[in-house]
Amino acid sequence: MSSRDTMLRRIRTAVAKGAPSEPPPPVPREYHRSGEHAAGSDHVVELVIDRLLDYKAEVTVVERAGLAAAVDIALGSASSVVVPPGVAEDVRSGCHTGGRTVVVDTDPATLSATELDAVDAVVVGSTVAIAVTGTIVLSGRPDEGRRAISLVPDLLVVVLPVDRIVETVPDGLALLTPTAPLTMISGPSATSDIELSRVEGVHGPRTLRVVIVR
Amino acid sequence: MRIALVATCLADALFPGVAIATTTLLERLGHEVVFPAAQTCCGQMHINTGYLDEAVPVVRHHVDVFDTAEFDVAVAPSGSCVGSIRHQHTMVARRAHDQVLEKRAKTLAARTFELSELLVDVLGVTDVDAYFPHRVTYHPTCHSLRMLRVGDKPLALLRNVGGIDLVELPGADQCCGFGGTFALKNPEVSTAMLADKMSDILSTGAEVCSAGDSSCLMHIGGGLSRLRTGVRTVHLAEILAATRTAGPVRPVGAIHPSAGASAPTTTKVGS
Amino acid sequence: MTTFLGVPIRRSTEPENPLRGRETFPVAAKRAVGDTQLRRNLGRATATIRAKRAAMVSEVDDWEALRDTASAVKADVMARLPELLEQLEAAVIARGGKVHWANDALEANRIVTALIKATGADEVVKVKSMATQEIGLNEYLEEHGIAAIETDLAELIVQLGHDKPSHILVPAIHRGRAEIREIFLAEMADAPADLTDEPRMLAMAARAHLRRKFLSARVAVSGANFGIAETGTLAVVESEGNGRMCLTLPDTLITVMGIEKLLPTFDDLEVFLQLLPRSSTGERMNPYTSLWTGVTPGDGPQEFHLVLLDNGRTNALADELGRTALHCIRCSACLNVCPVYERAGGHAYGSVYPGPIGAVLTPQLTGMSGHDDVNSTLPYASTLCGACFDACPVKIDIPTMLVELRSRAVDADRGHGLPGGWAAAMKAASWVMSNEKRFAAAETMSKAGRVLAGRKGRISSLPFPLSGWSTSRDLPAPPQRTFREWWRAEHGDGPRPTGTSTAADAAADAAAAGAAATPGAAGAAAGTDGPAEGTDR
Repeated sequence: MSSRDTMLRRIRTAVAKGAPSEPPPPVPREYHRSGEHAAGSDHVVELVIDRLLDYKAEVTVVERAGLAAAVDIALGSASSVVVPPGVAEDVRSGCHTGGRTVVVDTDPATLSATELDAVDAVVVGSTVAIAVTGTIVLSGRPDEGRRAISLVPDLLVVVLPVDRIVETVPDGLALLTPTAPLTMISGPSATSDIELSRVEGVHGPRTLRVVIVR
Repeated sequence: MRIALVATCLADALFPGVAIATTTLLERLGHEVVFPAAQTCCGQMHINTGYLDEAVPVVRHHVDVFDTAEFDVAVAPSGSCVGSIRHQHTMVARRAHDQVLEKRAKTLAARTFELSELLVDVLGVTDVDAYFPHRVTYHPTCHSLRMLRVGDKPLALLRNVGGIDLVELPGADQCCGFGGTFALKNPEVSTAMLADKMSDILSTGAEVCSAGDSSCLMHIGGGLSRLRTGVRTVHLAEILAATRTAGPVRPVGAIHPSAGASAPTTTKVGS
Repeated sequence: MTTFLGVPIRRSTEPENPLRGRETFPVAAKRAVGDTQLRRNLGRATATIRAKRAAMVSEVDDWEALRDTASAVKADVMARLPELLEQLEAAVIARGGKVHWANDALEANRIVTALIKATGADEVVKVKSMATQEIGLNEYLEEHGIAAIETDLAELIVQLGHDKPSHILVPAIHRGRAEIREIFLAEMADAPADLTDEPRMLAMAARAHLRRKFLSARVAVSGANFGIAETGTLAVVESEGNGRMCLTLPDTLITVMGIEKLLPTFDDLEVFLQLLPRSSTGERMNPYTSLWTGVTPGDGPQEFHLVLLDNGRTNALADELGRTALHCIRCSACLNVCPVYERAGGHAYGSVYPGPIGAVLTPQLTGMSGHDDVNSTLPYASTLCGACFDACPVKIDIPTMLVELRSRAVDADRGHGLPGGWAAAMKAASWVMSNEKRFAAAETMSKAGRVLAGRKGRISSLPFPLSGWSTSRDLPAPPQRTFREWWRAEHGDGPRPTGTSTAADAAADAAAAGAAATPGAAGAAAGTDGPAEGTDR
């Protein structure tokens, strides 16, 4: 008998043995299944900005026409940038401004981890943002790229269309594809492991700049 | 109402003043108090130390004694005893595979109340016309706080006590460290918790620390006495039983009071 | 063993069993209570996290509804565990992953070792995982020539300090910053010589040290916070980014997950991702959560293995009450509110699972074989205050389970030779307390304690086994009259007509009971009470 068979048999026996004397009632779901405010509404946008600033991300809000310029400003003094293969044209041109080196992370020419480490910044889009928690979710879409590129460079710039901002965690999860490679970002990396004193910026990008696009 | 008194084994043996005060108080409110004299103990010590087989006869005895007495409701000046009666007796009956006992225990539990529950919820009073002109801080014992969830009831009762200077206890929701046999099995941790509880009590400048459980008060009071803090413990029942017409209640010596002093003291009327 | 600047680097002797210490809880706790650095660190840390958690929870107006759902979902998982595990397995395989089944720690270690060796790697990077700690994976790998590099800062500190974790969430909480600096200087080859003990500097030293490892690692080992049966998705909830590094950069990822960590559907995450961060670190959301399903071509590890671990979980599962301990999502909220944990620290429990949840989970995973088994003392490491139950996001009734486990510890000893001290005392007390006459007789005998109390009316020293009480507390002298004696003598049965019983009479009765109980009290006839002021101490 394989380990799997042994284990499943033991689990089945245990489940039967410890079964509750009374059958449990159906799972209640009295919590808020969704938020009160619509995606992209003023309340929601203000809330997500508040939360982003609270964990010391930098935020700007622009119209679409100003996106290229905003990306350029967000990149600051970065001299090299990696972008995903599905990067939007205006985002890409914003990266190029000022003579920056721009690398498109395409398969098969994807950058190795060490090469990524040598790049100053990365600019990605986003799938959804959750206002209550200030969470940005990436899911590997063409304009977000594979997970490594938004992890290794020290400066992360996220382009966030306003209609992708939802209010609550249930609102956000409802819009995700479960089997996609999902990364939920709610602040720069941090640790409180040393005497509970919070230190920000450990392994992930130490600077997060968000460009909200109306 | 006809109210049966669950004196609790601890009050019966060591702190009779608590049970006397409970009786006095309820009679003053116009109720009849009965004391089923064959009672002994609720069994929580055995249950909480893991000796369920040994708890069965104790629980059975409790149910037998009260089940057959005639009363409207039963009261115990103890959150832990009522907690055990309400939340543990049916479990013990099941251990004994005794469905009849389980049913009787459940019915009895439904009409057994902790003192503040009885006063506020059953008798509908928060002002019992008490008088206790001292600075008092109140410790909400864990059973009352989390098992029975008596909430604000004890404080509501204390706030209406004449002459009282009631101060809030910092860190009130922290356990005092008694925990029944825990105090003996883990005396260092128990003492460490007691140290912090005493520190909080002393920070209030109170002369008296009160609570609804003699067990916790014995532990807290024992520590306060050992350290010669000049602070004593008085059970909630004793404060509520003290009145103006009985004369002012004089505090006894700062050295840990001898047993009788846990009851309100007075100069005899007429002397 | 090196001593640096007078602060010893504690080296534990050979770790035996991650789930069973070498000392009983009372013995270990006694020592910990005297450890001033531990008391200070832990007191401050737990108070801080408690406050943060409370603030975050108060923001969520449907917190109780979330707890109710979470508790019910976990109960449902336990009831359907075999089907859900098979569903998870199928979903993972459908997305290019492989699933392995490990009955116990040894089997899990063997599987992981073989998988690593198959890649040719002799070094792996690790994401913090309680499951891998539980099975002693790092030690096993080391014995087989594979270096396991912990990348979580606290786990790194514990690893470099040759120590054991003391908290589920902040494993190095027992270490102060000065100690950590010394550990880094002694054990981290690339630590800067001018390293200070400022937390930021320490964290940056760890960042630099680990970055090289992350960028070159070929194999990573992780745990998982949740496994979604319906979709095959796994989740790692973290703060530092080391999780993301390990989960995305290497070629091969091996995840070890306890079988109880399942959730039925992806939607269930909406409940648990609200409960977990607020309960554990007191944040609305932790910095990084990674979710992956099998293998995504071109993104992250192209080889994924999931190792499902039993290792005693079925013991708990087989008991209606005990299985609720398996609902635990490892948030550590119970540790942070526990007054016993706060003073004894995690090491006193002798298990990688300390604190309230540890006290109910550890003895079920290992079993309790009798009073010689140190784990039999774990269910007693509690005053049953109930703060843990209130804080638990999945509503595990830890106090009730502790009482149940105490009865099991006692039962394990029944029928084995003569009853020990406690058992004999409990039997005697039961005999006394189940009968009124015997009880009254015992009360009479206890009045002999009045001799111990003497003139001061106070007992300050008790013989064994009650000496534990009197080391720090006094006890009042037993009264001259018990309550039942007073009732019989003063009150009598039959209703007292209201109005005839004055408060003065009743108070005088009480005073008489009290005054009569006080030997040598001056002016007893006048009803004054207590020893005269200034009598001896």
